[in-house]
Amino acid sequence: MNSTRRVTIAASVILLFTICGTVAALRALDRMRSGSTFREVLYISSPKAVQRMSLGYTGLVADLYWTRAVQYFGSQHHQHSRDFHLLAPLLTLATHLDPKLTPAYEFGNNFLAPAPPNGAGEPQQAIAIAEYGIEHNPNNWKLYYGLGFIYYTELKDYSKAAEAFSRGADVPGAHPFLRILAARMAQHAGEFETARMLWTTTLQTSPAKDIQRNATDHLRALRVDEDVTHLEKLVDLYRQQYGLQPQSIVELVRAGLLDAVPVDPTGQPYKITPDGRVEVRNPDDILYITKGTPPNYEPPRPKPDTQK
Amino acid sequence: MFAIETTNLEKTYAVGFWRKKPRIALRPLNLTVQEGEVFGFLGPNGAGKTTTLKLLMGLVFPTSGSARILGMDVDDARVKAQIGFLPEQPYFYDYLTAKELLEYYAQLSGVPAKERSARVDKMLSRVGLADAARTQLRKFSKGMLQRVGLAQAVLHDPKLVFLDEPMSGLDPMGRREVRELIQQLQHEGKTVFFSTHILSDAEALCDRVAVIYKGELRGVGAVADLTSHIQGKVEIIFAGRTVPPSLASLGAETHVSGDVVRAVVSAEHQDAALEILRREKLRLISLTPVRHSLEEYYVEKLQPQENRKGVGA
Amino acid sequence: MNTRIAHIAFNTFREAVRDRVLYNLVAFALLLSGAAILVGQISIDIERLVVVNLGLTAVTLFGVVIAIFIGIGLVSKEIEKRTLYTVLSRPVRRWEFVVGKFFGLTGTLVVNTFFMAIGVFLALLYVAHRIQLSDLGILTALYFIVLQFFMVCALALLFSSFSSPMLAAVFTFALFVIGNLSEDLRGVAAVAKGVSGWIATAVAYIVPNFAALNVANQVAHGETIAGRLIVYNSLYSLLYSAMAISGAVLIFQRRNLK
Repeated sequence: MNSTRRVTIAASVILLFTICGTVAALRALDRMRSGSTFREVLYISSPKAVQRMSLGYTGLVADLYWTRAVQYFGSQHHQHSRDFHLLAPLLTLATHLDPKLTPAYEFGNNFLAPAPPNGAGEPQQAIAIAEYGIEHNPNNWKLYYGLGFIYYTELKDYSKAAEAFSRGADVPGAHPFLRILAARMAQHAGEFETARMLWTTTLQTSPAKDIQRNATDHLRALRVDEDVTHLEKLVDLYRQQYGLQPQSIVELVRAGLLDAVPVDPTGQPYKITPDGRVEVRNPDDILYITKGTPPNYEPPRPKPDTQK
Repeated sequence: MFAIETTNLEKTYAVGFWRKKPRIALRPLNLTVQEGEVFGFLGPNGAGKTTTLKLLMGLVFPTSGSARILGMDVDDARVKAQIGFLPEQPYFYDYLTAKELLEYYAQLSGVPAKERSARVDKMLSRVGLADAARTQLRKFSKGMLQRVGLAQAVLHDPKLVFLDEPMSGLDPMGRREVRELIQQLQHEGKTVFFSTHILSDAEALCDRVAVIYKGELRGVGAVADLTSHIQGKVEIIFAGRTVPPSLASLGAETHVSGDVVRAVVSAEHQDAALEILRREKLRLISLTPVRHSLEEYYVEKLQPQENRKGVGA
Repeated sequence: MNTRIAHIAFNTFREAVRDRVLYNLVAFALLLSGAAILVGQISIDIERLVVVNLGLTAVTLFGVVIAIFIGIGLVSKEIEKRTLYTVLSRPVRRWEFVVGKFFGLTGTLVVNTFFMAIGVFLALLYVAHRIQLSDLGILTALYFIVLQFFMVCALALLFSSFSSPMLAAVFTFALFVIGNLSEDLRGVAAVAKGVSGWIATAVAYIVPNFAALNVANQVAHGETIAGRLIVYNSLYSLLYSAMAISGAVLIFQRRNLK
């Protein structure tokens, strides 16, 4: 075998090995650095500085930060983490670079305020970003709606919520529910109907899939809460009528108080506990319910943080 | 009207970044060239030939002095229509084919659109590149590029043609073709000004020559005058391996190579030398009068001179 | 005179094409399609925004790179390779040469941008499934980008007329970057006092204003561009380019060619 041949073979073998080696090394690097890209993204966290560095192409950079924010949230969620502390800075940067980035505001409105693991647990940041959006987009009714939404769902500050809904209702083209929601805040804030109206508005007006899914989940939970409240009233009625505790929902039907055995959104019939409360069969399966769970029930714990 | 006339044409370059050290490329040059003549501009490399040509072409600007071509100032745009230029080791746009290049140059020279294609084809045949017309210039050999260069120089039928080292890089066949071209141009009544350091070409082609060295014009004259047959020496070549002592005593310069001896003696000793050969029974191969060649004039002019002022024509 | 400039311009265009410059369109197409497909997958409601922002940014960057790489060689390469000698020995005035090169280069970029524009609209069609009236703003943005190219080409030519290709590239690119920050510069100049204020002001006015010509984000959000802005931008770009070309002509006019 002459020397040219030998070199060819040696070089090919080396090439093959180094390709595999490079790929393996890269994967190891990725594992080591998982999540760090998000932290690095925020090494420059001043919006003004980032704006300078974008050299005027702020729209594109805003889109990039927004994409990062969504990825970050998704990946933290996926790891069942309770740590979302980078979400607010990422969204702040994105909105400062492009104040008209409506999807970013909507995302913040829905996912910044709620407590982990469903959100970042930072309602004040959420409000700050929402206000920033309103300042720069005074004719976008969705932003007023979002602000009211935060006050209503997380902070339970109904008067501020009413104010926001009301301002939004004044914008031409606003969803008709805003006016109604504003009015209901005063007297009927805590009622199911109000909450359903709110979540329906979100579901109908936000094109983002994750926000829609979130709204649907809340609407389902609302149905459960309503059902449980209604059923518990019926249980009391039964007790008053017959002087004893019903053992199951079927008895309520037999007693003529119900037409049929109702099922929860997962298709499971409700059950009555020995101490007279109505419960869902598998509370872990339904998110956000506040009624129909056993006493001292805790929603499933997310796995401990896998990344540090 | 002179074809070319320079008046104290001078060029000095400032070399170096901070402390400008002047480099004299051309001392004040006074030169005239007649219409219709073939003028040779001789000198070693770096003598200032190319600088002079660039000054005449308007590619560089004189430090002082002026030049006129066909009675017009060098800067005048009308001049350019009447001249053609072949630079030394020319480069052309290598992404174009020969035909495209010549057509582009024809466009720039103002050749009417109707005539362009025909003129270009004719020119390509004239320089022997008809077959390569559609080949990209990047594939051309040096000799082919030189021919393209000649073609573009005469394409627009200029009155005056400037050639910088036109024979450089050509094989003997190519050189002969260029020589023939120059002679043709002369027959057409054009003025040809070419620079070279190959003296035999200059001797064969030029009416007049100028010698330039270290930026200074050393001499100008008609070739016929500078080379004369009367010098008084003859060259005798005969078969043999040694030089007969009697021949040497005649004061002959001799050189032996193999079976042949070359001896140069003064003309008055010609008969005596032949007698020596006959006596020694040496076979005569050739007997030639030695011409005073251009080379000698050239070498002489390259010697350091006392007189540093530019020599007028 | 006019025909010579046209011939030089056409030859410059031909050189760019034969230099395979237009292959950059392939890279551009790949980039844009890749992004469009990717954005469609991630589906976070900003497909239109991303395609328009990314598309326009890519058009600008590709174009500027081409303008610089070809522009810097226009004059200096010809001087180094001495292809210029035989051109200038013809009745071509030096200024015609510069102007012809300028039009050849800008012509190449206009053609390039035209094809890229088609690409952007196709990508937009793919992610948004329809083109709406507000998208015609993209044409305005593209026109502004072409105006930027005029200025970059003129600058590249200016630097190419007196410095080496490498330096010319660096200067031109630096001015492109600074030019995008020019409005910040003028803000700084407005508050600076004394000599540094004068210097800052001078610099701020010499630097080309690319910020005003960058309307990518507005157009991405479907806003209309004011007619007055279009007029003033056109004037500014034409005047600035003419300024740089005049400079190039002046320098080249007196240059001794090696």
